[in-house]
Amino acid sequence: MTQKRKVLHDAFVVDGSRSPFLKAKGAPGPFTAANLAVATARPLLARMPFDAAAIDEVILGCVMPGPDEANIARVTALRLGCDQHKPAWTVQRNCASGMQALDCAAQSIALGRSGLVLAGGVESMSHAPVLLANSMVAWLAQWTKAKTFGARAKTLAQLKPVYLKPIIGLLRGLTDPVVGLSMGQTAEIIAQRFGIDREAMDRYAMRSHQRLSHAMDLGWLKEIETVYDTDGNFYREDDGLRRDSDMEKLAKLKPVFDRPFGNVTAGNSAQVTDGAAWLILANEATVAKYNLPVLGKIIDSEWAGLDPAQMGLGPVHAMTPLLKRNKLSLDDVDYWEINEAFAAQVLANIEAWKDSKYCREELHQRGAVGEINQDKLNVDGGGVSLGHPVGASGARIVLHLLHVLKRNNAKRGIASLCIGGGQGGAMLLERQTLTAAE
Amino acid sequence: MTKHYRHWRLETGDDNIVWLYADKADESTNSLSREMLDELADIVTGLEDSTARGLVLLSAKKNGFIAGADINTISQAKTTEQAAEFIRFGQDVFNRIEKLRFPAVCLIHGFCMGGGYELALACRYRVALDDPGTKLGLPEINLGIHPGFGGVLRLPLLIGAPAAMDIMLSGRSVSARSAKKLGMVDYVAPERQLRKAAIDLINTKPPAHELKGWKTLTNHALLRPLLAAYLRKQVAKKAPKNHYPAPYALISIWEKHAGNRKRMLQAEEESLSRLVVGDTAQNLIRVFFLQTRLKSIGDKKLFAPKRVHVIGAGVMGGDIAAWCALQGLQVTLQDRQEKNIARVIKNANALYKKKLKDRVLVQAALDRLLPDMNGLGLRHADVIIEAIFEDKDAKHALFRDIEPKIRPDALLATNTSSIPLETLGEALTDPGRLVGVHFFNPVAMMQLVEIVRAKQTRQEVIDKAAAFTRHINRLPLPVKSSPGFLVNRVLMPYLVEAVVLESEGISAPVIDAAATGFGMPMGPITLADTVGLDICLSVAENLAGAIRGEIPQRLKTLVQEGHLGRKTGRGFYHYKHGNPADGKAGKSDYRPADIQDRLMLRFINEAVACLREGVVADKDLLDAGMIFATGFAPFRGGPLHYSGQQGVTELYRRLVELEEKYGDRFKPDAGWKPDKEPQPTVARDYAGNEL
Repeated sequence: MTQKRKVLHDAFVVDGSRSPFLKAKGAPGPFTAANLAVATARPLLARMPFDAAAIDEVILGCVMPGPDEANIARVTALRLGCDQHKPAWTVQRNCASGMQALDCAAQSIALGRSGLVLAGGVESMSHAPVLLANSMVAWLAQWTKAKTFGARAKTLAQLKPVYLKPIIGLLRGLTDPVVGLSMGQTAEIIAQRFGIDREAMDRYAMRSHQRLSHAMDLGWLKEIETVYDTDGNFYREDDGLRRDSDMEKLAKLKPVFDRPFGNVTAGNSAQVTDGAAWLILANEATVAKYNLPVLGKIIDSEWAGLDPAQMGLGPVHAMTPLLKRNKLSLDDVDYWEINEAFAAQVLANIEAWKDSKYCREELHQRGAVGEINQDKLNVDGGGVSLGHPVGASGARIVLHLLHVLKRNNAKRGIASLCIGGGQGGAMLLERQTLTAAE
Repeated sequence: MTKHYRHWRLETGDDNIVWLYADKADESTNSLSREMLDELADIVTGLEDSTARGLVLLSAKKNGFIAGADINTISQAKTTEQAAEFIRFGQDVFNRIEKLRFPAVCLIHGFCMGGGYELALACRYRVALDDPGTKLGLPEINLGIHPGFGGVLRLPLLIGAPAAMDIMLSGRSVSARSAKKLGMVDYVAPERQLRKAAIDLINTKPPAHELKGWKTLTNHALLRPLLAAYLRKQVAKKAPKNHYPAPYALISIWEKHAGNRKRMLQAEEESLSRLVVGDTAQNLIRVFFLQTRLKSIGDKKLFAPKRVHVIGAGVMGGDIAAWCALQGLQVTLQDRQEKNIARVIKNANALYKKKLKDRVLVQAALDRLLPDMNGLGLRHADVIIEAIFEDKDAKHALFRDIEPKIRPDALLATNTSSIPLETLGEALTDPGRLVGVHFFNPVAMMQLVEIVRAKQTRQEVIDKAAAFTRHINRLPLPVKSSPGFLVNRVLMPYLVEAVVLESEGISAPVIDAAATGFGMPMGPITLADTVGLDICLSVAENLAGAIRGEIPQRLKTLVQEGHLGRKTGRGFYHYKHGNPADGKAGKSDYRPADIQDRLMLRFINEAVACLREGVVADKDLLDAGMIFATGFAPFRGGPLHYSGQQGVTELYRRLVELEEKYGDRFKPDAGWKPDKEPQPTVARDYAGNEL
């Protein structure tokens, strides 16, 4: 595992785009997942010198595509004008689906299967399905069988109000089906384990909003493409940002998972959001063929498993072997993106790496790994302030990290997420730095 | 059955089923000519004596079954007797098909209109191809006539009077699925099952479709007068009887004869033969031929654009972009403001839903329309259309910026309506590539596009622009680059005269009524309010020459006060929820007798001037332009055709009278040649070449 992985072909990131992240406001939002994915990819493809038909493969991460979006990657690829004869497939690794798509794309390029891949992630959480209870489905089956008036009257009499209670797909999706805990409860568990209190969580959340508003004001979110709905509205900014967020307001929010005594609130958790992010990956020959720009390179990635009840600690489980394998220390990494599923969970990862006992027992290290410099971590905000459309975030943090590296003329970055079900994913990225002479 | 026919092909299988293909010689479309019907009569005679088990009637043409009766045959009937003979003949052939001893199945794909659908109605079964391209209908009303080959008899009996009268009175065509729902066809089937459907029907002989339930009552003698009265009232809202006699004739014969086979067929014949030689039908047929002529101007084979880049998401640019995407082109739409593009996407969505209905097709059309704030589409575009605001310097700057970025073979067009192309071309290193494509508002309704030729514009560019226009299913009209081109120039004196009348104290509804009474689709005051008074004023200023007088102060004042028409809620009218609150004339409103003359003669006088100056190549093209861009009373056949029918000398005399009374603006143009029709000084072909 500590042996450096060999690749036949490097995977270069050419360019990328993402939609504004749009907070779910109860009712279904303006975009289905496929519409959001198409709207975000179209301008990206429009600025490429090649035609959409030149793309060898489309890979899209998505946790809960809509009922009309089976294999949403294929739906999207065809709508974008990609070649019918080129394949497209959808990947699902819960919160890391978008990063999984990028890893699959990089693998496909590394193996020489594809030279040019469009990969990313999308989620329209506001469109998550609402389902009928099994009892209701059974009743409907009976109803269709009832042909005579008498049979119908009899069936009708059997209909109980409780059958009508809908199942909210989103809530089920955010609950671990094996350990029976909601994602927020897993965050409470690791917060308690590392002594992270309410104030620390809220302080982290407030900083996330401040960093995002700063980045927005300075125009650092250039990867966002304006998207247009069919009702005459357009969206060009993440709308979850609360510029007026302060400790007092955050302190007033009630805990939503461990009620009423817990610490994890809507204010210090990632927002439920719709969003899409895409990257174009290419091998060296394709870059040369079309004279493509290069944003950076995917060097390596790592996937790890852990106790589902502590899924929030996934990042350290994935990042530790990634660093070791590439013989890097924390100081060698210029910038970090750790997806903010929960403020408590990001903080717990920082604490875990500082904790020599945890590092020894859980990460099989000789001692504490070290401390991430928070000035280099999630520098432009994250899930808490701009939302976490589960399938899209993995692609977003990779794309944004590359932009952060570029902006700071830095070389190396790691993007990582925790994954519901007890996993962690991490991706090591590098870009060519420019020397003064260039 | 080995006899050879020019327009039909017969095949008989081992199962003794006869397949009869309509395949009109030397044409890509089947339309029932006299010769075709003669042959069909002969074929039917053969079938009557045959031992065939069944007949399948279908088309060998790609584009459809039969598009209707041949318009040439119809228009050549000069007397009611000639027309009646043709109608009788057709009725007789169809009746004999209906009475064949074995079942007849009609397999329908593509266009199945008019006489084509009446032939289908004579068959026992009708099966339509389940495809968006399948269109069925009885559109005769659009030509000022009504069905005559038994359609008025058979359709109400088949689907009930309300639906049948709606189909015949509106002239609308319906899709295969709608036709199935209405009962116009018995089945819809995909291509792969179509032939099997015919064979199965012949083998199993299910009972023919019959009207059931309350609908059978709709043809009852006691109910017919009630429904007829209702229909007349509905029709009167859209088509006055003195201009459009056909719908009233149709309602009458149905009311009198529905269900009586013999009498109804006779009434169809008498009524139709009377209508077909009348002015309305003859003029509407003329309009049909004018449309065919405009279509022939653009040669689609010459240029097959795939990507269009539109710059400027205002009303015109946005509509053009949305229309091009609807027609299957990939469109990038550039603007500086997202809110403009957002408005276009919203309107496009509404348009596509209305036109395409199918959710998947709407989505595909929207996917073809790409918002493009950064002008990324420029480099790839086959056609670039400039539609930014009317400012010379802004347009110059834009052309300088884009010329190096666009492909050398791309068509570069401007939608300007007021800046001379010669001036715009100054900003280009290759001014010869610039052409005007002037669309009309609303683009989805107005079929005409003026192809504007500047002195320096290359012929090949004009041809490409005309070809592009056909690819987006609009009608190209080549015009000279002179102020206002053709349409705005002819329209403007008429609009200004309306404003003058209003300033004189005549109420706006009275003025509008004078124009709609003539047959204009919308009164001039309403039109001005709809277009926007600011736009009217700027066009008027640009056309000072054609106005032949001062621009009325009233127009300037309204614009200064910010009352720009419908869009600001107030112009000449006050609008509430988009409708004029003061749009009805009062009983005591002053109505001078010469209002209609003052409006329409200014219109016609300017048309004569345009012809004299060679703005368009000939009289027919001028008439076509005014009809397809402004909806000029189509039953009058166009302004110049109308003046010919009224008598040029008479109109000239009335102009001179108006000149004496109101001054120079009514001075007859030098192009008037009393005693004969106006002629251009130089005859030109569509491309502007001297003949």
